[in-house]
Order: sequence, then C-alpha cells, then structure tokens
Amino acid sequence: MSTAFIYFVFQSIFMDIQHEPLQELKHIKNMMERSSRFISLSGLSGISAGICALVGAWFANEVIERSGGPSGDGRIYKRDYSIDTLQEFMGSKLFNIAIITLIGALFFAFLFTYLRSKKNNVAIWGTTSRRLLTAVAIPMIAGGIYLLREIQVGDYGLIAPGCLIFYGLALVNGSKYTLDEVRYLGYGQIILGIINCWMIGYGVYFWATGFGLLHIIYGILMWYKYERATSEKRTTISA
Amino acid sequence: MSNPIENLNKTFDSRVRLGIMSTLMVNDEISFNDLKQLINVTDGNLASHIKSLEENGYIKVNKGFSGRKTNTTYTVTKVGEKAFQQHLAALEKMIKGIK
Repeated sequence: MSTAFIYFVFQSIFMDIQHEPLQELKHIKNMMERSSRFISLSGLSGISAGICALVGAWFANEVIERSGGPSGDGRIYKRDYSIDTLQEFMGSKLFNIAIITLIGALFFAFLFTYLRSKKNNVAIWGTTSRRLLTAVAIPMIAGGIYLLREIQVGDYGLIAPGCLIFYGLALVNGSKYTLDEVRYLGYGQIILGIINCWMIGYGVYFWATGFGLLHIIYGILMWYKYERATSEKRTTISA
Repeated sequence: MSNPIENLNKTFDSRVRLGIMSTLMVNDEISFNDLKQLINVTDGNLASHIKSLEENGYIKVNKGFSGRKTNTTYTVTKVGEKAFQQHLAALEKMIKGIK
C-alpha cells in the first residue's frame, strides 16, 4: 500500500507545480537517468560480493600456504600442483575455490539488486539492464578467453592481474549504463591489476584487495549515498 | 524584459509528454512498453500523449514486429529535439531569473 500511496502523493505534488522550473528540470533529469541507466544496482551487492571474495581469498591463501607460500615466481604453482594441462587446472583446488566464490558473489549481488529493484518498482530485466550486461560482458568474455589461453600455456602468475584488469575494464565500460561511480571502482581494479603484473606470486593478496576490499568500500559508499537516503525519505513521507 | 514563461513550450506542460521527450532525448529509440513502465501511466493515457507529440512533429513512430507481436518504437525528430532544447533553455533562464 505504502509505495502506491507515496507515488500518488508524488504525482499530485508534481501535477500541481506545472511551472516550477527546478522541479521540472529535476523531473527531466530523473526521466533521462531512469530510461538510460540501470540504477537499481544496490550497494549491498557490492558489500556481499566483497565478503565472498575475502572468504574465497582466505581459503585460497590456505591452499597456497600449505604448498610452500608465494615465492615471487608464478610458475611455482605449476610445480606444486603438477598442473600440465587446462583440464587438470580446471580440477585444481584453487580453481574450484575461484568458481565457488564467483557463484556465491554473483548470487548475493543479484539478490540485493533484485530486492532493490522490487522496492523501487523497476523491472530488473529491461532495456537498461540488457545494455549494462552487454557492456560488461564484452570485456569479461574476451578477458576470460585470453586467461584460459594463458592457463594453457602455463602462465599462471599473470592470471590474477589479468582478472583484475579485465574486470576493471568491464566496470569502466558498464558504468555508462549504471551508477556513474562504478567507473571509479573499475579504475581501482585496473590499477591494482597493473601493479600486480610486477608482483607476480602475490596474486591472492591483490585479489583480496581488488575483489574484496574495493567492493566492500564501494558498496558501503553507494549504500550510504543512495539507499540510506531513500529509506529515510520514505519514512518521513509516510509519517 | 520579455517574460521567460512565454518561451516555455505549451506542448510540454504535461508531465507525461515531458517525460516521453526526456526519455527520447537520451535513447535512440524506445518502445511503447518501456515508456509505459517508465512513466507509469495507462495505455490509453500514454497513447493520447504520444499522438499529440506526433501531430506536433516532435516524434516519429516506427511500427515493427518482434516475432508475431507488434513492436512500436518511437524516435525524436529534429524538430522535437530543437523544441525540447528551447524549452530546457527557457527553464534554465527562469531559474537564473529567480536567483
């Protein structure tokens, strides 16, 4: 009942002030944003994805520590796990941890964004989300193929930086179709990835910082900026 | 001094029509259903506002099919773009006038 009521109140307020220029410009801006960007992306999605990444990184670190720790030479993985082929790598412990982490992060990220879009009364699957997904998918898929090839040739040390760089590029590309702040999260990932290129063997720490910490910081900032404000506004209106 | 309200476009008096134009300014084209969802109005209401914008020559209607269903999309015309920009400029002028 409450959303319908608030909407009604908004409508009647807006209809009355036909020539209030500031309100009118705000309405125009709002319509432009709502029609061209997917703005239901929740800050909580970022926080939950970050937590998943940190848990994943912790497990991965355990595996690496048990096998002698990072040596500064990425190729140590190859010796310690006797990974020779792509198939063997697919079955390796680290790869499993990565996949489970990814699935967990995606699940929670989707969940919170779904809840927010429900609350805002915006369909999660529409023109804007389709555009966002395409923009993100292109660098991700290209990067994914490139990284699989890197695994095949045995360049394990460059996988972590590669993930960060391609993910960062995907975010920068996608930021045109969602909250503009995503761009800065993307820049952060790219910078970390590039630094990691010269610190091979410490990939797991860069992963934890990029996919974990940056996501959590970004998520908290976004939640604070957009969602906390709207939930307060809602309560004052209904009160 | 001329009254800035005179420069406001009467066609954009309605929030629905203003909404349609704002949406079309930032999207190459948009479908009837997307518009309906964005503006949150009934089919009939939206259709009548679209018609008046079309009669003014501000938007172009493209009828197409996606599978068996009709898929009508709308694009903004050059005339519409100009009219909208003038309306925006008039609004900005009013704000500056107030300050």
